[in-house]
Amino acid sequence: MVIGLDHFLTVAAILFTLGIFGIFLNRKNVIVILMSVELMLLAVNINLVAFSTHLQDLVGQVFALFILTVAAAEAAIGLAILVVYFRNRGTIAVEDINMMKG
Amino acid sequence: MILQTLSFYLFASICVASGVMVISSRNPVHAVLYLILAFFNAAGLFVLMGAEFLAMLLVIVYVGAVAVLFLFVVMMLDINFTELRQGFLQYLPIGALVGFILLVELLLVLGSWAVSPDAGAALVATNATVGGTTNSHALGRLIYTHYAFLFQCAGLILLIAMIGAIVLTLRERVGVKRQNVGRQVARRREDSVVVVQVDSGKGI
Repeated sequence: MVIGLDHFLTVAAILFTLGIFGIFLNRKNVIVILMSVELMLLAVNINLVAFSTHLQDLVGQVFALFILTVAAAEAAIGLAILVVYFRNRGTIAVEDINMMKG
Repeated sequence: MILQTLSFYLFASICVASGVMVISSRNPVHAVLYLILAFFNAAGLFVLMGAEFLAMLLVIVYVGAVAVLFLFVVMMLDINFTELRQGFLQYLPIGALVGFILLVELLLVLGSWAVSPDAGAALVATNATVGGTTNSHALGRLIYTHYAFLFQCAGLILLIAMIGAIVLTLRERVGVKRQNVGRQVARRREDSVVVVQVDSGKGI
C-alpha cells in the first residue's frame, strides 16, 4: 500500500480537529489553549508540506517556513502576556480575564 | 516501500495519540512533554514527505524553543491546575460535537478534491527531487531569490516578537542599587571633594 497525499491529509485533519477539541475541552486553562493552537498550526504545516510534495512545488515549504516563524512569535508573545497577567492577577483562568470588559 | 508504509503509520499514530494526550492530560507538564513527542513525530512525517530542512527546523524551533518556553512558563507559574480543570466534562459534549462535525467536513473535502489541470502552469519552483539537488539547497535558493523580501519580513516578525516579549515581562524593581552612567559621568571633582585647610593645633 503506497502512502499518498490522502494519508498525510487525514493525519493533518485529525490533528487540526484535536486542536479545536482541546480549546473546547480546556476552556479555563490558557496554557493548554496555546498548546492546542500550536497543534493546529502543526496540522496546517503538514497540509502545506503534503501538497508541496504532491504537486512537486517547493513554494508550499516556503509558506510552511513562514507559518513556523509566526507560530514561534505567537507562542513567545502569548506566554509573555500570560506571565504578565499572572503577575498582576495571580491566576490564569480565562473567565477572570475581564478587566477590559470586552 | 513497506518500510515507508510502516514508518508512516508509526509516526502518524504516535503523533495523533500524543495530540490526544496533550489536550487530555491532567498535568500540564505532561501535556508539554506530549507536545514535544507530537512535534518529533511530525518531523518524522516531514522527512517521509521529503522535506528534510523543515523537519530539522521543526525539531530546532518547536522542540528546542517553543516547547521549552512552554515548559518554563508551566513550571514558573504557581497555578492550581486542578481548579482550572473544573468543568472539563461540562464542555466535553459540545466540544466533541463541534470536533466531530469539523472532522467529517474535513474528510468530505478530502474525498472530493481534484487538482486543476492548470496547476502545472502555476508552478514556481520544482521540488528538489526533480532538480537533483538536496531539499535544503533548493529551498535556500528559493528563499534568497524569489522570497527574499518575505524572508526578511519573517526575521523582522521574530525581532518584534523578541522585543515585545522583553518589554512585556520587564519590570522596574524598587530598591535595587543600579549604576547610573549619566550621573557617574556628569560628576565632577568639585562636587564631591572638599579640601579643608586645617590650622595646626586646632580641630576642624
